[in-house]
Amino acid sequence: MGKLFKKCGRLSVFILKRDAIRLVLWVVGIAAVTLSVPPAFQELYPAQEQRDAMAETMRNPAMTAMVGPGDLQHYSIGAMTSHQMILLTAVAVAIMNILLAVRFTRAEEEAGMTEMIRSRPVGRLASLASAVVVLLVVNVVLALVIWLGLFSLGIESIGMQGAFLYGAALGAVGLFFAGISVVSAQLAESARGATTLSMLVLVVTYFVRAAGDVADSGLSWLSPFGWVTKVQPFSVNNGWPIVLLVLSALVVLTVAAVLQSKRDVGAGFIPARPGRTRASASLTNPFGLVWRLQRTGTIIWAIGLVVLGISYGSVMGDLESFFDGNELLANMLAGDSNLSVAEQFLPMLMLVMAFIATIPSVLAVQKIVSEERNGRIDHVLGRRISRTKLVLSYIGFSVMVGIVMNSLAATGLWLASQSVMTEPFTFATVIGASAIYIPAIVIMIALAVVVIGIVPKAGSLIWLYIVYAFITLYLGSLFQIPEWATRLSPYGWVPEWPTVAMDWTAEIGLLVVAILLGAVGVAGYRKRDIG
Amino acid sequence: MTIVDVKGLTKTFGKFTALDGVDLEVKKGEVFGFIGPNGAGKSTMIRVLLGMLKRDAGVATIFGRDVWSDAVEIHRKIAYVPGDVNLWPNLTGGEVIDLFASLQGDVNTMRRDELIAKFDLDPSKKCRTYSKGNRQKVALVAAFASDAELFILDEPTSGLDPLMERVFQQCVETVKAAGKSVLLSSHILSEVERLCDRVGIIRSGKLVETGTLAELRHLTRSKLYVETKVPVKGLDKFNGIYALMNSGDGWSFEADAAELNGIMTHLSTFGIKRLESAPPTLEDLFMQHYGESIVEGDS
Repeated sequence: MGKLFKKCGRLSVFILKRDAIRLVLWVVGIAAVTLSVPPAFQELYPAQEQRDAMAETMRNPAMTAMVGPGDLQHYSIGAMTSHQMILLTAVAVAIMNILLAVRFTRAEEEAGMTEMIRSRPVGRLASLASAVVVLLVVNVVLALVIWLGLFSLGIESIGMQGAFLYGAALGAVGLFFAGISVVSAQLAESARGATTLSMLVLVVTYFVRAAGDVADSGLSWLSPFGWVTKVQPFSVNNGWPIVLLVLSALVVLTVAAVLQSKRDVGAGFIPARPGRTRASASLTNPFGLVWRLQRTGTIIWAIGLVVLGISYGSVMGDLESFFDGNELLANMLAGDSNLSVAEQFLPMLMLVMAFIATIPSVLAVQKIVSEERNGRIDHVLGRRISRTKLVLSYIGFSVMVGIVMNSLAATGLWLASQSVMTEPFTFATVIGASAIYIPAIVIMIALAVVVIGIVPKAGSLIWLYIVYAFITLYLGSLFQIPEWATRLSPYGWVPEWPTVAMDWTAEIGLLVVAILLGAVGVAGYRKRDIG
Repeated sequence: MTIVDVKGLTKTFGKFTALDGVDLEVKKGEVFGFIGPNGAGKSTMIRVLLGMLKRDAGVATIFGRDVWSDAVEIHRKIAYVPGDVNLWPNLTGGEVIDLFASLQGDVNTMRRDELIAKFDLDPSKKCRTYSKGNRQKVALVAAFASDAELFILDEPTSGLDPLMERVFQQCVETVKAAGKSVLLSSHILSEVERLCDRVGIIRSGKLVETGTLAELRHLTRSKLYVETKVPVKGLDKFNGIYALMNSGDGWSFEADAAELNGIMTHLSTFGIKRLESAPPTLEDLFMQHYGESIVEGDS
């Protein structure tokens, strides 16, 4: 037995040293977000009435589907934190474990490193075991940091026992997904395949839990995420689901060890499927190529924006009570008392969604630069494709992404708002309030094109500008930021319709500026050296 | 007929001069070898010809058209294989070949399948799983399946095994027989020697030598080995003798072509028992131009 694990300790230390920074950043990142939430809640909702108002907005199926059930009767700061945060943090911890586990196992094997290590006097299970040891350390440290961190915040409703369960639940779900990932690493032949397989398990178990929670059926017990939400730290304080998580993690890890000891180095139990030997009809032009390369990412963003829209829409029903109790948030509204709170709130939500829709659009057009850096653009430009045609394909795709993402978020909001509002918005109102931000998104794309055409190395400037625009506009009303500062970004020119009158001049002006900027960028791209 | 015509071509990157007044011609039906070590300017030259880089001075035309302003028209009839073939990891080799064919405009399915078989390529695999040689095969299949008139090949065989190198050489010979032109950049000198009609040697951005192999050989030294009845004296006094070595029974040395007659007359007085002469290889030529500078670290 000892022979199988020979040098496991040495390899574990090696991984810990090699990836120290990466591991620390993951743990610190997840812990920092977790620990910053309760103080923020205390700041925003100091009184119990305010928290009860918040609990009311949470009492709907969309929210339950997203964050799981919670103790809405006794909505203390602690209960609020565990209700709104524990599940989403568990997803983050699961993703961390998937990425790290695949990195330590199948990625090493695919790159040929495992083979070199195995050629030395090292046990057959040592590589796998060292990866598991490191992941165990990471999850235990994360659990400890969160336990002690939460408790040391000194918030009344956050007790020692609850904080321990909160940390332990996250560590345990992490270990479970570490197990799932190392099993996937035995099944798939490539790192990408192993990651995809594990992510698939994550998504499916998340949705099984969502369905179970909404229907309040036993279905949630089939999902490890369901177990996490059953812990309910700071209210119910149920530790049994954590035991269940750890035991299942051990079972999954044993399966991985058995599979590992039975297979050849480099092989997987699911052989790689042969791909297409011929290109499909859509993959015959630059636009088809752009779409094909970005398809998966675009679909994921699309799902994300629909979910975002639904989550915003699901709180529309209880906005009045929510804002009544909160001066800080009320300040952010446009302030026309003839309109309902929901209507006043709409432009703000549209702005946030437009900002988020800008991200995939700008990423889509910037892909042309990474294609150039990787030397793949030569294959296209070295053939009968002009630079103009190529860059226009990217711009066209990017604008399409912007419009689709922005509209999907709006549609999600409209759908969810139908079920929770007594006087629901019309679809035209929602989609209109969303569409007026499209010219601003297009300007950001056009600016990215200017950078691509003239100073391709300065791609990150555009993100700074987006952050500037977001801060001035989103927090502008809170911090009394002067109007000229908001007008330095295109979003600042978009009318807050339906709260204020529609401003067609501004909209057309934005589009004209976008076209001019785009033309400058394309002209630059035609003239500069490629590669 | 001149297919590629380059005169006084200069390209700088900031203060660095990558190409310094290069003249070069590739004629129709000719395989032109473009040799030089890494960093000499081969790839820069090719990227200027492809319209990826804008030249600072000089004239560069392909099919009589300007390589920068008429790039797209020129590319209709060009097949390019880069030295470092990077492909999209999530596309299969077959998909990439078809994509390239349709970006070119003409798809010849029969030739494509024939070449895939010849190069022994599995087109159903994702490019992520291909080795360097297999990625190169994808680019080569796409190039040779096209109806190009000019093939620009930038170190195309650096990842191929000897068998596949042979297939590649056959492909070059086939397109040459069909009257097409090839610009082959390489530092595998045996390959250039075998395939090329004319050769250009580039060094630090300058074309230092150009001509047919026979012409270039004339410029350089022959390797000789001689055994005589009477021990030879006085070889070291000759101009144009290099690397002189006494190997017990005889002498080996290199001699300038211009001095051969005098050397032979001198040697014959000692009674020649055995004489071996080897023509200079491209490698000798190459080392003659680079040998010293490589030692100095100038490349």
